[in-house]
Amino acid sequence: MYGAMWSEHCSYKSSKIHLRRLPTQGEAVLVGPGQDAGAIDVGDGLAVVFKMESHSHPSAIEPYQGAATGVGGIVRDVVAMGARPVALFDPLRFGPLTDERNRWLFSGVVAGIGGYGNCIGVPTIGGEVAFAEPHSANPTINVMCIGIAPAARLVTAAREVNEGSVLVLVGAATGRDGIGGVSVLASRTLEEGVEESRPSVQIGDPFAEKLLIEACLELVERDLLEGLQDLGGAGLTCAVSESAARAGKGVELDLDSVPLRERGMEPFEILTSESQERMLAIVAPHRLDAVREVCDRWGLSSSVIGRVVAGGGMRVLMAGQMIAEVPARSLADEGPEYRRPVSSPAGLEAILEDDPAFSAVSVAVDEAFFRVLSSPNVASKRWVYEQYDQLVQGQTILRPGADAAAIRIAGTLRAIACSTDGKGRFGHLDPYLGGAHAVAEAARNVACVGAKPLAITNCMNFGNPERPAVMWQFAESVRGMADACRALGTPVTGGNVSFYNESGDSAIWPTPVVGTVGLIEDYRLLVRTAFRGAGLSVYLVGETAAELGGSEFAEALLGKVSGRPPGLDLEREAALHRFLVEAAGSDLLASAHDCGDGGLAVALAESAIAGDTGFAVTLPGDLPPVVTLFSESASRVVVSVTATKADSLEALAAAHGQPWFRIGETGGPRMAFDGVLDVSVAEAAAAYEEAIPKLLAG
Amino acid sequence: MSGRARVGVVTFPGSLDDRDALRAVELMGGEGVRLWHAEPDLAGVDAVILPGGFSYGDYLRAGAIARFAPVMREVASFAARGGPVLGICNGFQILCEAGLLPGALIRNRSLQFVCRVVNLRVETSTTPFTSHLIAGEVLSIPIKHGEGQFVGSTDQIARIEGEGQVVFRYCSPEGALGDEWNPNGATNDIAGVRSEEGNVVGLMPHPEHAVDPDVGPTGGQPIFGSLLAELLAGVS
Amino acid sequence: MKRRFEVLVSLKPGLLDPQGKAVEGSLPAMGWTNASNVRVGKHIELTIEADSEEAARAQVEDMARRLLSNPVIEDYRILAAEEVGR
Repeated sequence: MYGAMWSEHCSYKSSKIHLRRLPTQGEAVLVGPGQDAGAIDVGDGLAVVFKMESHSHPSAIEPYQGAATGVGGIVRDVVAMGARPVALFDPLRFGPLTDERNRWLFSGVVAGIGGYGNCIGVPTIGGEVAFAEPHSANPTINVMCIGIAPAARLVTAAREVNEGSVLVLVGAATGRDGIGGVSVLASRTLEEGVEESRPSVQIGDPFAEKLLIEACLELVERDLLEGLQDLGGAGLTCAVSESAARAGKGVELDLDSVPLRERGMEPFEILTSESQERMLAIVAPHRLDAVREVCDRWGLSSSVIGRVVAGGGMRVLMAGQMIAEVPARSLADEGPEYRRPVSSPAGLEAILEDDPAFSAVSVAVDEAFFRVLSSPNVASKRWVYEQYDQLVQGQTILRPGADAAAIRIAGTLRAIACSTDGKGRFGHLDPYLGGAHAVAEAARNVACVGAKPLAITNCMNFGNPERPAVMWQFAESVRGMADACRALGTPVTGGNVSFYNESGDSAIWPTPVVGTVGLIEDYRLLVRTAFRGAGLSVYLVGETAAELGGSEFAEALLGKVSGRPPGLDLEREAALHRFLVEAAGSDLLASAHDCGDGGLAVALAESAIAGDTGFAVTLPGDLPPVVTLFSESASRVVVSVTATKADSLEALAAAHGQPWFRIGETGGPRMAFDGVLDVSVAEAAAAYEEAIPKLLAG
Repeated sequence: MSGRARVGVVTFPGSLDDRDALRAVELMGGEGVRLWHAEPDLAGVDAVILPGGFSYGDYLRAGAIARFAPVMREVASFAARGGPVLGICNGFQILCEAGLLPGALIRNRSLQFVCRVVNLRVETSTTPFTSHLIAGEVLSIPIKHGEGQFVGSTDQIARIEGEGQVVFRYCSPEGALGDEWNPNGATNDIAGVRSEEGNVVGLMPHPEHAVDPDVGPTGGQPIFGSLLAELLAGVS
Repeated sequence: MKRRFEVLVSLKPGLLDPQGKAVEGSLPAMGWTNASNVRVGKHIELTIEADSEEAARAQVEDMARRLLSNPVIEDYRILAAEEVGR
């Protein structure tokens, strides 16, 4: 039990001391880190519950099931809070698609997320896919789930748990799936002999999960439970010890009552099995019959496997004998805290000095445009998101392709917007900036659609923490994230740390992935990215500097990941978000699109492709055109407005201290960039749409 | 009595778009009635919808297990009496498995699940669900399925075509047929069929996800509209 | 008496089999250029408790016809029957 619970994945032993720097409190925060998921207040007595998790190690071995069970796990975390899951997001990272194994992993993971998510009736409406060599051996698979519940109904530690209440295990039978999964897979690197890890991969049953979701939500709605916990990493041990620790009570667990799928299971196997689709409910004895009836009606097995007792001990019995007794708190909360050594890696300075801007000027602009537009990081991800049901539950207003996805809150005019972002290249070069930019970009994307960013969840994806260089990257990333979260007003409500993403010498780049949730008061005012029609004035809000360090341009055209990442003025960024939210609220904008990977050129091209409407623009400033087009300076947005609203837009931008540049007008079938580049929308769209399908065809 | 037409929507274990179908019925002016798979009772509704989703996880074959649900006996009798029955996606699969519609649905030829808006050409107005539509009209409606390829034996297909049982075909925005407009390889671009008598219709696309303009195209409105108009007129 | 049956369910010949096609397309890349006519079906195993082999087999036929296969698009074969422990 200790082996599982005090493993890196379950106890966060290497990361705890650093994670404490992150701000976790805010006006909108109802539930912060420490519960199954975080929650924010969205008005009308409603709470939005959300969390992100990683499932990278299992997915590297068996991509379909690894990704599928990742979805299952994060959904159960949201259900355990008493919330109905309403949306899924999948930020994914793979090695280059030119490699057959990466194509296999990519297709398998996407199929698995779709196969599971679609079957349980939760729409997958956002995410991202990025490709980088360090992920070849170590794909990074993160999944985020959002749910909605009446705030008064949230199942948190605040609920009173009484002595004498019983522990009821609901759902699938327990087998040998994933024995030692988290302690085996997620707490050490993937060396040779991947085949031996196969038994540690869990198999998902999305049909069982769907029944579990419906049954658990009915139990919560009818107020039949004192507690609800999902069984994930470290199985029963984790669910039971955490429940006890949170309730400040003890528990007695009877292993003979646990329904088993295999014969001859050892006690430790029963305790640490990671069989999927199981939940643990804490039920007052007089409610047990009602709980059973609900489970029966949904075709789910329910078994009383223990009870709540006085004290703080977790007592495990089998065949009438007590076989273990440990303090619950010790297992759940008092895992070791390591203060691992940190030191920045050698050779980083030289890489930072190698500024791509020096070589950029000799690159032909049209070649650069098409190479960047069709680079897998930038190109259309339609191949991915058309495999996901984006429609079920009928509330999806903004779908993949938008800067942030948006879900209407039924019964209100409000909508929740969410974006997931990670900046691995930036993180590799400067982990502080990598962390800060991830937070900034995710919030900027949410603000672009007109929603006010409220809070974040995150997945910290890193290499082996026993190496001082990795630990340094982690500490720096957290420092950057903490500064950005504070400046942007988006506290952390919970998240996940995934270490040991490396094999042999190859570690992934430090990649914190951030999921930001925001709120808009009127969903009808959500802003889209497309240039819709001719005669709109196009503006670039924000300042462009010669910042090609870590850019898509540098990697795609020069084959380098070098230079300093763009700077980040957090005050200016915060003001940009306020400007965007206010502009949307005043119905000023015809469109808004964040300048991210590929810079201004890509933001303009994507807006044109989405609206099937071209434009003619002049390039602001006097940097060389190729630098202006592909620099990835932060805090910039491309917006379009009807001519009559131009003055109001300029005034509002100025009021928020945002530099603005009126760069041109929409219309026609071509994209004209100031005499430097002239491309038809159709040709650009073809390159953009075909890039990934072509790579997959091998 | 509310004066509204009552449309039942069956929930099987694993049904997903049942709530969406109920909401669409209500949005279009009808009264949505929830029906449970285990109850052989249609609560006296005027029409029945078998919704989309993954009943029984699509295990063994999509719809293969759901067709044996107790409620299906009642659905079959209701259909035999001429009651309007609409099978959407998984519902279509269940109706084929139950023999209430001809043919079968197999895996998309791309082997991938596909979620996108398609164009559908209405082939006949001789069903309660297309009575207010004209043959040749084109509707925009989303699909989201992994097993939507409609197939049958050569005889079956000949019969379906010959008897005018095709209700919808995948097409271009202008209503032209062509392989590039067929999202799953369905024989003769067939997206939906009706029973011989015409009161049972199945289609792979999701009209219940095409009634709300905030969310997407509204090609599903005339399908629900036709049904509700028919029921209120007492025609069925 | 308990017997274990194996039922093979396959798509009717003549019906396009997308999975079979995909598998057939992948084999040459792995070095086998001499494989053709690949069809992907299902293999179902069940343990039946009945008084006689004939009775058990008749039941499996019924199950195969009504549930395990879809006669519109599939054929089935009952393979082996093996007595298993009581």
